[in-house]
Amino acid sequence: MQGIFPLFTAIPLAAAFFNLLITKVNRKVADYLAFFTMTALGTMAVLMLFEQPFVYKVGGWEAPWGILLVFDRLTAIMLLIINVIGWLATVYSLKYMSTYTAKAKYYSLFLLMIGGMNGVVITGDMFNLFVFLEIASIASYALVGFGCGKDELEASFKYLILGGIASTGILFGIAFLYSVTGTLNMPHMARQLEAVGMNKAVLFAVALFIMGFGLKASSVPFHAWLPDAHPSAPAPISAMLSGVLIKALGVYTIIRIMFNVFGQNHLISSVIMFLGALSMVMAGLMAIGQSDFKRMLAYSSISQIGYVMLAVGLALNPSIPSKVAALAMFGALYHLVNHAVFKSLLFLDSGAVEYRTGTRDLNKLGGLITRMPVTGATCSIGSLSIAGLPPFNGFWSKLVIVIALMQAHHIVYGGLAIFISFITLVYFVKLQKNTVFGDLPDRLKAIKEAPFAMTFPLVILAILCIALGVAYPFFQHQLVSAASTVLDKLTFMNLVVGG
Amino acid sequence: MIPYWLLYFLTLVIFVLGLYCLVAKKNIIKKIIGVVITEYSINLFLVLIGYRKGGIAPILLKDISEQQMAEKGVDPLPQALVLTSIVIGLGVLALMVSMVLRLYEKYKTFDMSEINDLKG
Repeated sequence: MQGIFPLFTAIPLAAAFFNLLITKVNRKVADYLAFFTMTALGTMAVLMLFEQPFVYKVGGWEAPWGILLVFDRLTAIMLLIINVIGWLATVYSLKYMSTYTAKAKYYSLFLLMIGGMNGVVITGDMFNLFVFLEIASIASYALVGFGCGKDELEASFKYLILGGIASTGILFGIAFLYSVTGTLNMPHMARQLEAVGMNKAVLFAVALFIMGFGLKASSVPFHAWLPDAHPSAPAPISAMLSGVLIKALGVYTIIRIMFNVFGQNHLISSVIMFLGALSMVMAGLMAIGQSDFKRMLAYSSISQIGYVMLAVGLALNPSIPSKVAALAMFGALYHLVNHAVFKSLLFLDSGAVEYRTGTRDLNKLGGLITRMPVTGATCSIGSLSIAGLPPFNGFWSKLVIVIALMQAHHIVYGGLAIFISFITLVYFVKLQKNTVFGDLPDRLKAIKEAPFAMTFPLVILAILCIALGVAYPFFQHQLVSAASTVLDKLTFMNLVVGG
Repeated sequence: MIPYWLLYFLTLVIFVLGLYCLVAKKNIIKKIIGVVITEYSINLFLVLIGYRKGGIAPILLKDISEQQMAEKGVDPLPQALVLTSIVIGLGVLALMVSMVLRLYEKYKTFDMSEINDLKG
């Protein structure tokens, strides 16, 4: 299985390229090619769950000179999220994207984005990470503006400018770290940094990384692009952006670099916790006033990522007991997986609603449960999960995060987390009342359920929402071992540097 | 002879100029130029990291001993990074320019303050 590891980026990149060539001859191939590519990737990601951690040396070059691909439990979880949600989004696109032109180009960009994200999570090299991050970002800029309407282009341009600044900041940080440590290899860099300590250049690099990756993860002072960009994209892309992209490019990179390269630190911990709490509260309060289906979901994404960042920041604190840090990290990863599932579900639901009714305005919708039972039911399940009602998955992960915060004596942050959980319930009740339940407007009397290719991913994701909450013992081991890999800087270093 | 730190400082000045251009100018073409200037400042910074006064190309020819190489050879890695980063910058620039063309078709203006249908 180790030999297939680089294929996680090679397959989607190659498929994206050949897709454009083949569709010059025959247009219908695009659907099949994208579907089979994503099926293969999804299967590979599931198989990788049973692998032990290993290091793949690209081209056989040894550690400090060559590029390394590192596989550990955190990578396994991220690969699973990216490729499985990506597969479901592809199935959804088969029908949904027929309302757009240039389907082949859409699939190519989609596969480029998948390839970039897979590259970000498997690489063990700083500059390689930057390159893959740019591949995924450029594809996502283009996908946000795919509709080529007025709003789409404006949102895409804003996202492009801000994303460009974030990438520049990240490259600047990498340049600083390279000049301090003389290597780009993450484990070697970690070892060098232990000798150097936190000097001013390293702290400046940390600040640039928090700015850059924080912008990709859209935590609050850097969030301005997300509420425009995510609603403007086609629904499966919104699901990919909100469900996967901000996690792979933002949260995963913060976790990997802050824990495995810099190590636990008081200052970084308090900054990330503050940013997390700020995003959680601000975006949560702003979501209540929204009247656009997708825009409300976009604000809710920022708020939920705030929960993850808060827990990540807590685990970064070196002075709390290791048990509490492990619990916080476990909560962060659990919420990350859960958010990927229910936020993609809700965005796909919004797409199904828009596909049949032609609007996303909450004031013009209502009573859809009678006409679109599958979409309505799955939307309710998603809303209940994200609002944190037992026994759905969102409840357990929020509970773990709150318990960890309380055990670390962060009463204020813990209280805010509970309060925002309540606010989440408020705006999702509003969402439910205005779409799924309530009175059916006369205009919508004749609508039908969305086609099978669109309802199938919805059902799968809704089942996952319940399963992740109820069948928790079956996958507990994966998450716990991922949390412990993240926290133990030495395992990551020893994987490469040796003993 | 210009002191070494001044060169680093100048790259930072270019970076800040680029950011200023990005924030203060309303014309979207100028904003793009701002992004490109920040990218170039980082590229210059990377080149400076690999710079060595009186350095030689890091190729082990017959008339160069390994010790001379270690003393004088420049670090080749930043140059490779700069090349990659220039190519990425070109890709982003192409996308930005094509996006601006489409924006102009829809809005008939290059003024960012008039392109504000979305709330942000």
